[in-house]
Amino acid sequence: MISNLINRKILTLLKVQYSNMLEYRVEIALWAISGVIPFFMLNIWTNNSLNESINISNVMLSRYFLCAFFVRQFSVVWVVFSFEEDSLMGKVSPYLIQPLNPFFRYFAQHLAEQITRFPFAIIIAFFFFIFNPESIWIPNLGILLLSILSTFLSFLIQFLIQSIVACLCFWTEKASSIERLLFIPTLFLSGLLAPVVSFPEYVKSWIYLTPFPYLIDFPANVLSGNPTNIAGGLSIQVLWVLLLFPAFKKMWSAGTKKYTAMGS
Amino acid sequence: MVKNIINVENLSKSFDVSSKEPGLKGTIKHFFIRKTKSLKVIKDISFEIKEGEIVGFLGANGAGKTTILKMLCGLIYPSKGSILVSGYSPFRRKENFLKKITLIMGQKQQLIWDLPPIESFYLNASIYDLDKFEAKRRIKKLSDMLEIDDELYIPVRKLSLGQRMKSELLAALIHEPNILFLDEPTLGLDINAQRNLRKFLKKYNKETNATICLTSHYMKDITSLCKRVICVHNGSISYDGELDLLLKKLSPVKEILIVFRSDEDALKLENYGFTIKNKIKNEITINVENNSITSSLKTIFNNFDIEDIYINEPPIDEVIGKILIKKNI
Repeated sequence: MISNLINRKILTLLKVQYSNMLEYRVEIALWAISGVIPFFMLNIWTNNSLNESINISNVMLSRYFLCAFFVRQFSVVWVVFSFEEDSLMGKVSPYLIQPLNPFFRYFAQHLAEQITRFPFAIIIAFFFFIFNPESIWIPNLGILLLSILSTFLSFLIQFLIQSIVACLCFWTEKASSIERLLFIPTLFLSGLLAPVVSFPEYVKSWIYLTPFPYLIDFPANVLSGNPTNIAGGLSIQVLWVLLLFPAFKKMWSAGTKKYTAMGS
Repeated sequence: MVKNIINVENLSKSFDVSSKEPGLKGTIKHFFIRKTKSLKVIKDISFEIKEGEIVGFLGANGAGKTTILKMLCGLIYPSKGSILVSGYSPFRRKENFLKKITLIMGQKQQLIWDLPPIESFYLNASIYDLDKFEAKRRIKKLSDMLEIDDELYIPVRKLSLGQRMKSELLAALIHEPNILFLDEPTLGLDINAQRNLRKFLKKYNKETNATICLTSHYMKDITSLCKRVICVHNGSISYDGELDLLLKKLSPVKEILIVFRSDEDALKLENYGFTIKNKIKNEITINVENNSITSSLKTIFNNFDIEDIYINEPPIDEVIGKILIKKNI
């Protein structure tokens, strides 16, 4: 039954959403370009020789931020904004009475967008290597597969967190405000602005108890070849998925009872 | 004997609504203290609907018609009472139940805006576990019935409202549901598109014996599709029965238009106890009670020189308008 769901429903959703995304190719190119924060951060780090304080070479730091860019490209999530709009406009109503949880639609939408972003991300990486030829490296297949897995798990964690927040739309009309609040720790603690290894020890001691370092820092370290506990990191990512999924299901079940189908 | 497909018993629904006093003071007060009150929008209603019936829900705006439909299809949770639709409790949203029903809301769309409708049809087909061959067959059958063809391959955003509505219907019916909940399905459509939609719904009901629950403010939708109506007034049922009986009950008169040969005769008509509704030269309209039509006609023919005579039902909108404001019918 599960394989039927994946084979037919999700694949068709993915195909349709991919066709839909291709209608917006210019927007997607712009979104991809807008995700270049890690490159700005790299510039700040290297110009101020901040990397010396954490014993990381310029090359490894460049690779880290390039990988952070890649991980961000393939794990960015906006489900709360889509769901909020759809629920306020009454668009969720027809999906709620179909034999497929509406969140699968958003999930497929995200995956389709990631596929569409891929060529643009490659082009940006190409230009990055032109300007930083010393950073060129080819990760081995095993590392590549593990980093794809950890990036996907990072996407799953973020998708589940945002879906839980999105379910708050059933109680409050502005659940995205809560997401904006969550964006602050995501930005500072995920490794997007600085590798987590550069944080003070006392911050590091509690930061690893949260899901944030597993969103960008861990997958970026795996891909760039920086020393990291791969098995431990992947296990914690899976653990977060296993914790968040039932929480989402609970929120969904409680929330749909509160649904008033406004706007329709 | 035809079995009941929908059973509703003592159904109620309340919503919490917040209220705010006007002005800046009210706004600041509302920011710190939210006053909410429970608003009972559906009040202990009970009814049954038989398989294959087309039932129209009538009522003024805010009477509760759409809320009833939303509870029947499982979109919102009832506060009290029980609903059984085809043996299922709708809100549990069991897969087998969802495969039997559909909800169509006028002006609300499920089609993907930037893609041709055919993409949404195949997507819906896979959601309802139809294989490609079966999906193709059903799309062909429904598009023939709805008389759409080229439109299937044009992006939704470029279709007219009527073409979009037809495509919405196709998307909503691809799984061949046997219970249809239609909330204002003809809203915003032109007269021809409305007529085609009604024709299609009649045909679908005849061919599949589907049960249809319909709300509409276009009386033609109700009169041409529904034998039975349920009138909703402030969340309660004010009438549940045949539309014809309701019309007779609310309008026990017929309009008679008499064309006299001379204007003088027309002036004398009032002397025979008739109340004149309208007079234009030698044409006079009178209202006559249904049970005295024969005697009235006899009087008219015996005493006047008549050129022509027409007997009409009073305008339906006028009668239905009375229903919307009546608590008890």
